[in-house]
Amino acid sequence: MTTKSKNFTSTTNACKLCTPLGASLAFRGVEGSIPFLHGSQGCATYMRRYVISHFREPVDIASSALGEKHAVYGGGPNLKKGILNVMKKYEPKIVGVATTCLTETIGDDVPMYLNEFNKEFGDLDLPDIVQVSTPSYNGTHMDGWHGAVRSMVEQLCTEKAEDDGHVNILPNMVSCEDVRHLFDICEDFGLKATILPDISETLDGPALEDYVKIPVGGTPVEDIKKMSGAAATIELGRCVPAKSGGTSLAERFGVANHRIGLPMGLRESDIFFETLEAVSGKKMPARYERERGRLIDAYVDGHKYIFGKRAVVYGEEDLVTGLCAFLAEIGVDVVLAGSGAKKKGMAEAISAVTEGVGRTTPEIHEGVDFHDIAERAGELKPDLLIGHSKGYRYAKVWGIPLIRLGFPVHDRFGGQRIPTLGYRGTQHLFDRIVNAMLEKKQADNPVGYGYM
Amino acid sequence: MNEYTILEERKDQIHRTGEGALDMACNRESLAGAVSQRACVFCGSRVVLYPIADALHLVHGPIGCAVYTWDIRGALSSGPELHRLSFSTDLQETDVIFGGEKKLEAALDELIDRHSPKAAFVYSTCIVGIIGDDLEAVCRKMSEKKGIPVLPVMSEGFKGSKREGYLAACKAMFKLVGNEDVSDVSPLSVNILGDFNLAGEIWIIREYFKKMWVEVVANITGDGRVKDIGRSHGAALNLVQCSGATLDLAKMMKEKYGKPYMRVSYLGIEDMADSLYQVADFFKDVDPDIVKRTENLVRDELSKLMPELARMRKDLEGKKVAMYVGGSFKAFSLLKAFRHLGMKVVMVGSQTGTKEDYAELERISDPGTILVDDANPLELSAFIKEKDVDIFVGGVKERPIAFKMGVGFCDHNHERKEALEGFEGMLNFAREIHASAMSPVWNFVPRRSKKAGE
Ligand code: SF4
Ligand code: SF4
Repeated sequence: MTTKSKNFTSTTNACKLCTPLGASLAFRGVEGSIPFLHGSQGCATYMRRYVISHFREPVDIASSALGEKHAVYGGGPNLKKGILNVMKKYEPKIVGVATTCLTETIGDDVPMYLNEFNKEFGDLDLPDIVQVSTPSYNGTHMDGWHGAVRSMVEQLCTEKAEDDGHVNILPNMVSCEDVRHLFDICEDFGLKATILPDISETLDGPALEDYVKIPVGGTPVEDIKKMSGAAATIELGRCVPAKSGGTSLAERFGVANHRIGLPMGLRESDIFFETLEAVSGKKMPARYERERGRLIDAYVDGHKYIFGKRAVVYGEEDLVTGLCAFLAEIGVDVVLAGSGAKKKGMAEAISAVTEGVGRTTPEIHEGVDFHDIAERAGELKPDLLIGHSKGYRYAKVWGIPLIRLGFPVHDRFGGQRIPTLGYRGTQHLFDRIVNAMLEKKQADNPVGYGYM
Repeated sequence: MNEYTILEERKDQIHRTGEGALDMACNRESLAGAVSQRACVFCGSRVVLYPIADALHLVHGPIGCAVYTWDIRGALSSGPELHRLSFSTDLQETDVIFGGEKKLEAALDELIDRHSPKAAFVYSTCIVGIIGDDLEAVCRKMSEKKGIPVLPVMSEGFKGSKREGYLAACKAMFKLVGNEDVSDVSPLSVNILGDFNLAGEIWIIREYFKKMWVEVVANITGDGRVKDIGRSHGAALNLVQCSGATLDLAKMMKEKYGKPYMRVSYLGIEDMADSLYQVADFFKDVDPDIVKRTENLVRDELSKLMPELARMRKDLEGKKVAMYVGGSFKAFSLLKAFRHLGMKVVMVGSQTGTKEDYAELERISDPGTILVDDANPLELSAFIKEKDVDIFVGGVKERPIAFKMGVGFCDHNHERKEALEGFEGMLNFAREIHASAMSPVWNFVPRRSKKAGE
């Protein structure tokens, strides 16, 4: 396995997003919450636009809207004023404050400001305020996501709650549909689950009569506070930072932390279901046995269409790892696995999940942009691309299919409803890949068989 | 309306026509915590400059600013497409501590060699303003080394609003003007300013001018080329569309080269025809026949357009519209365009309107129309509800507000992929409005179905 480092100084068509975006998304998955970016207005507006294009839902992200004088004299006053205004207008239960490059660089001491704020306005009915440091020059949106989750757990979960037998799930940055599936699975196991964050409704809600200030849904703050009393935490993702929400609960309250991969593919899903069996003390419900059986059946039915095909996969480190696990099982050779993130242990994770099944060892590229990927892909001659929408222009040039998943999906409809997790999500993904290959074969064929 | 919806500090940015004297507070910094729909200075510069398709656009800063602006807009090019790539220095912690000049220099070196652009624009972002990189010095050095203009765009996000970004962009572009020979430019010639060639709109407009025998020297900036901008001072007249964005450039060209400018709009029937007639009028001393040619052109186009519009008008008559646009100049044209469809505009807002713009809006709109500067989701949704709007016109950030409440929507911002300018654009526009307003889906949304059941 090779790990290629970056050859270029400049970045062309980045394969990552900035840190506060991940934090904002995570904060959006909490009930009654408003994400608040401490920085100048532009960052918040741009991120809203970007997120809205994927989810097609209103996404209100507040900003302290710093101007020149604040950049010079410090952003404290605007931060406080901003939170007060948000309280007045949105009546949030919780405000998630994330810094931006600007406020990190001027060295704003956000915890101190928030302390002052709590003292100054202690007589008001204050929402919970959680803060996370998210300089973008120091990571990607995934660091923002995991950082926000950990901050919530650390800052809201301060006492050991009574053990009520529930399980915590830290799902990673997966789709709204995936979160809904996780809830269903837990319910079928008879488990009460606290999923943090829960974007299943807040970022994929119903049509309404009125504009609601804060969408219904999300992890209730009270439930987050009770995460210290869980029977266990299941943390999805093999590239989650060493210190995470899960490890914090384990260290401080002795909640057993199961860090397993995203359940993509048969084996990673098996691990997930085994973990649930262990935590719940129940056997896997029959419907999942059947789903599993159908998946294997599909693997067999479809294997010829995809065996030996060469794939380039890219995106979030854990998503890429999960894809590698799955693709190795079905005989698709991942020739390049790329992520904009670096030093997240992706190479080790991929080697662990493909062990014993993968036919090839993919090139692992960390800290890449699309220019780097394109440079290599020219020689690697892939048959398909798997990742978010931003790979489209490359797929088009190379004349190969792009399987869209992850974030963002800006050029297709329903990105927030793409399933990837569990036997069922894997099944969905498998069908899409086989069909993409069939479609290509059909389109390229001069005869044009109508029966493949 | 919920008292909380409008923050005390924002009250003087909202006005209802016919209710007292208009005294709109504009161009104010967005309020902290107000969830403004506005972006930043960098955004303003980027919007204006990025369609110059044979220039390199390098964002000096951390990754987000570049990635969020990667090919999100619909500006098309008839040739090179360098503008559709997203270049960034992706500053890292060490750069923030030790300065990013070296990295910027290396990035420019590499990218200019790789892409051989005709010029390079280097955008500064918030963080660059703070760490104090000397952008101008680096650009000067790289200009000399590479033999192309390398232009700093001083667009630190926090140094004002989008408007300041427009000015920064114009200043950078002005450095290109006057660099080329203009001896072969026709006396009947114009530059098209403030059009971004969304979905190929400039091509529609250029076709009209061709029929009028008017040469277009430079598109600034949609489908723009560095060389054309270099000879743009040779054109007889500057046509400025889009409130604010490129007006500063026209003023600079007037001052230095004595070139007159004219404000035009290509949206809607009246304003489109009017703009062409104004141009004809300007050139009629040089070529008297131009008036006839223009009349013929307009007549031809209208005869194709009008019957179709009349058909749609039957369905749309009386429906209510709210709009929230970037520049308020556009709002004037849209207001008139909606009248053609028999529709009533009940709310108009903009991100960057001036006092004069709002005064003009007050003059041409019906009594009771809500005017708003720099709005946010809660205000917009409250207005939509109060006025029981059928169609909302805005950009991507406004779309989910309308849709969530069961209101039709038309994207009239930079991200649209549908040409809405010119006579054929008016037809597209009317079709889109018609399609959304008349869709049966509205019967099922809670807001409408409840009303129907009342
Ligand atoms: S950092 Fe500054 S320049 Fe970049 S998007 Fe944010 S406000 Fe705009
Ligand atoms: S300044 Fe930082 S936080 Fe803001 S958009 Fe740019 S990268 Fe993201």
